[in-house]
Amino acid sequence: MAEQRIIIVGAGPAGTRAAQACVAAGLQPIVLDEGRHAGGQIYRRQPDNFTRPYTKLYGTEADRAQAVHDAFDAIRDRIDYRPETLVWNIADRHVWTASGTGQTALPFDALLLCTGATDRLMPVKGWQYAGSYSLGGAQVALKSQAVSIGHRVVFMGSGPLLYLVASQYVEAGAAVAAVLDTSPFSARVKALPDLLAVPSILWNGVKLTQAIKRAGVPVHLGVTPVEILGDPDTGVNGVRFRDSGGKEQSIACDAVAMGHHLRPETQLADLARCAFAFDSHTRQWLPERDGDGRASVAGVYLAGDGARILGARSAEASGTLAALAALADLGLPVDKGVTASLRGEVATYAKFARGLATAFPWPSAQAAALPDDAVLCRCEGVSAGDLRAVMRETGAQEANRAKAFSRVGMGRCQGRYCGLAAAELIAAEAGIPVDQVGRLRGQAPVKPINIGIGDEK
Amino acid sequence: MPVMSRFVRLGETDRPPVTLYVDDQPVTALEGDTLMVALLASGGTLRQGEFGPEKRAGFCLMGACQDCWVWTSSGERLRACSTLATAGQRIVTSQPESTWPSNA
Amino acid sequence: MNGASDVIIVGGGLMGSSAALFLRGHGISVTLLETDLIGRQASGTNFGNVRRQGRPIHQLPLANRASAIWRRSRELLGADVEYLQSGHIRVCYRERPELVGSMEDYAAKARLEGLDLELLSGNALRDKFPFFGPDVLAGSYSAMDGHANPRLAAPAFARAAQKLGAIIHENTKIVDAQKVGEDFIVTAANGRTFRAPILLITAGAWGNALSSQFGEPVPIVSRGPNMSVTEPVPYAILPAVGVMTPIEEETVYFRQVARGNIVLGGSTRGPSFPDQYRAYVEPQNTLTQLQQIRRLAPALGKLNIIRVWSGIEGYMPDSQPVMGPSATTSGLYYAFGFSGSGFQIGPGVGETMAEIIATGGTDIPMEPYRIGRFAKG
Repeated sequence: MAEQRIIIVGAGPAGTRAAQACVAAGLQPIVLDEGRHAGGQIYRRQPDNFTRPYTKLYGTEADRAQAVHDAFDAIRDRIDYRPETLVWNIADRHVWTASGTGQTALPFDALLLCTGATDRLMPVKGWQYAGSYSLGGAQVALKSQAVSIGHRVVFMGSGPLLYLVASQYVEAGAAVAAVLDTSPFSARVKALPDLLAVPSILWNGVKLTQAIKRAGVPVHLGVTPVEILGDPDTGVNGVRFRDSGGKEQSIACDAVAMGHHLRPETQLADLARCAFAFDSHTRQWLPERDGDGRASVAGVYLAGDGARILGARSAEASGTLAALAALADLGLPVDKGVTASLRGEVATYAKFARGLATAFPWPSAQAAALPDDAVLCRCEGVSAGDLRAVMRETGAQEANRAKAFSRVGMGRCQGRYCGLAAAELIAAEAGIPVDQVGRLRGQAPVKPINIGIGDEK
Repeated sequence: MPVMSRFVRLGETDRPPVTLYVDDQPVTALEGDTLMVALLASGGTLRQGEFGPEKRAGFCLMGACQDCWVWTSSGERLRACSTLATAGQRIVTSQPESTWPSNA
Repeated sequence: MNGASDVIIVGGGLMGSSAALFLRGHGISVTLLETDLIGRQASGTNFGNVRRQGRPIHQLPLANRASAIWRRSRELLGADVEYLQSGHIRVCYRERPELVGSMEDYAAKARLEGLDLELLSGNALRDKFPFFGPDVLAGSYSAMDGHANPRLAAPAFARAAQKLGAIIHENTKIVDAQKVGEDFIVTAANGRTFRAPILLITAGAWGNALSSQFGEPVPIVSRGPNMSVTEPVPYAILPAVGVMTPIEEETVYFRQVARGNIVLGGSTRGPSFPDQYRAYVEPQNTLTQLQQIRRLAPALGKLNIIRVWSGIEGYMPDSQPVMGPSATTSGLYYAFGFSGSGFQIGPGVGETMAEIIATGGTDIPMEPYRIGRFAKG
């Protein structure tokens, strides 16, 4: 029998565990990774000449990070690992890669998309100023480069990353000016039953919050961000917000780390022509998949946060599970007991994730309330008012239509950072449910490619 | 005018220095720095935004937002958050003038 | 019966939308029916060339008529469709020197139709357009051509028509059309029906499905344009640029929009699926296009592509549209199958079809577009 061609995209916890399962079955998968080193984002490795220990980099998750890295290193010689390689398109059961100006088209029998997540952003007036960063970006700065994003940092948004990154900054000795959480305390109480699904993570979260407060950092719950203050040349110089009592406050800072939990990177699933469905709990469109990770397209499997945001621990389980599903579909023997236990694990994390979505709700109303002069799309410099004017003039109420007329989501990031908020703004403006706005279609290249691609000179 | 740094080093400072050139000015970075860290540990911004008055300094640091592209003096594009700083690199932080297509 | 009007137009692309606008100008009531949203396929996904040169000489009167409309589009539409009259240059490569003669020949004939072309080569070409690569031998420059934004154009025509009283139904897929007595009865998938004594089919790649219902099938093939766009760069390239060559793969073109992005088009067309309402860009076609772009303008080789797209276009075997009255049914008119070259002439097509419907004739030569040319026997 010819060797089964398995391609895994991504080398974070899901991709690593998927590769490990393939190797255990005697196969040699190709693992394509945009990163320079395997590990993904949450378990991103620092450069080789950095010396901080795991406990410092990954805190409570140090053992898990180490285990994922060790697992990858153990199979490194038995897989075809290609770092710094972008999958820019998928067609006719080939993935098309770019690495600098080098390019390949790789055929596959099974494609496992373990593409991870990026921050989910709600624009705030002034977020285009230098010194505004995503929460994930703030964490990468610290974890992989040992720098703080500023001399005095405000953390603003909501979600587990808000507290995780703020506490990591405090611990590393950065000056944290405040933590401003848009979610109210009451939401956490409501979420408690689901959050108790994984008490250890819940407890870690409580400890992080306590550590932030112990360090004397003010933590405000139930805030409404008003504006990131700044100067076009020098960048951020403060944050204005309304506290839970409705009183407006300002905090001086030169950096803001912002975000509202995560959104899956689903563009490749889209280009692979997978079907999507609206998830009303997270108010996002997600690629459909069965309990084991099978997408609607035969031979395509989805795992980890790239499929839905269930966290790094779940990603390990869903990565293995998706690989086992692929192996079973290719006719290889798979232990049903293992599969059942992994399904149970993922279900537990799914319950916890539902709790997180309840505890840290996506503040969709903030999009509707964005002032007309606030930049909505950072890439194209389109303001909320520009989009509203286009809607009034053209009647556009569908995401791709609004994009075509207003350029919202048409820039270099392809709507990763403004798309969800733009959909909420459109929905509010048109008075329709956000699912009726639809979703921005994924378009190749998933990230920019050079016109010099394929140039053999 | 002295250039303020944006990023603050919190550790790992015991690395060999490397010197690169940003808009023809020498900049000292540390081996293992990304271009973004090299530029923002010694300055405040990376580039001029195309469609607004503001300067930009990156956003996501994970290769997704595409906000941190800078240029080499010969016109190649580099994503500052995912490119390592190397000795002798010559980086420019503004797009070449409108004569760019003539410089093939 | 939902609607009765003088004219029903099936197909809300640039042809249908502009026809609706100009019919209103004649005081004729119009209902425009569109399967999806206005201008979303061929009309909205094409390159945006507002180019007369290179068209068949017999088409230049129509193209000139369209040019005049593009020039006054802002006043006519009350909207900016980003029309830039910044010129168009068509070049040939050194390995095909015989094309210089073709360019000269074309320029002489075009001049008689009112299209002035300047032939450039050597230093004159490179001084004026320094971005061309060494393979480029000569060019034919049309100062009065340019480009516009296809995403905006057809919807702007439709809105202008609507303001003048045209009735537009989007998300209305037509599944049946027939003539009953003096009227056409058109039925949508949602069961709605529409009635009018005149029916104009401007349904692009779907045109054959309707013309067949009147006993006039045509050999239309659907393809998708191969489009890419770069990151924004300083505005430096004024004209739309294209390559004259007999080789499809070499046929690339580009234009820079005022905001700075450069739109790239051409090389091999991709598959499109009218039944699924989808078209896909083949990755290999993107790579081939980029390779050809590097050859045409090497400086573009350093830029990044940030997005590619395609759409659904209808191609006829002779690359000429089906346009004019039906050969079987009185009151029935067609304007579809523009074979990837409909954008520039679009508003002229709309004005001409409106003129034919309103007055019974036109001075624009229509013979090459007769649907009867495909009739058997």
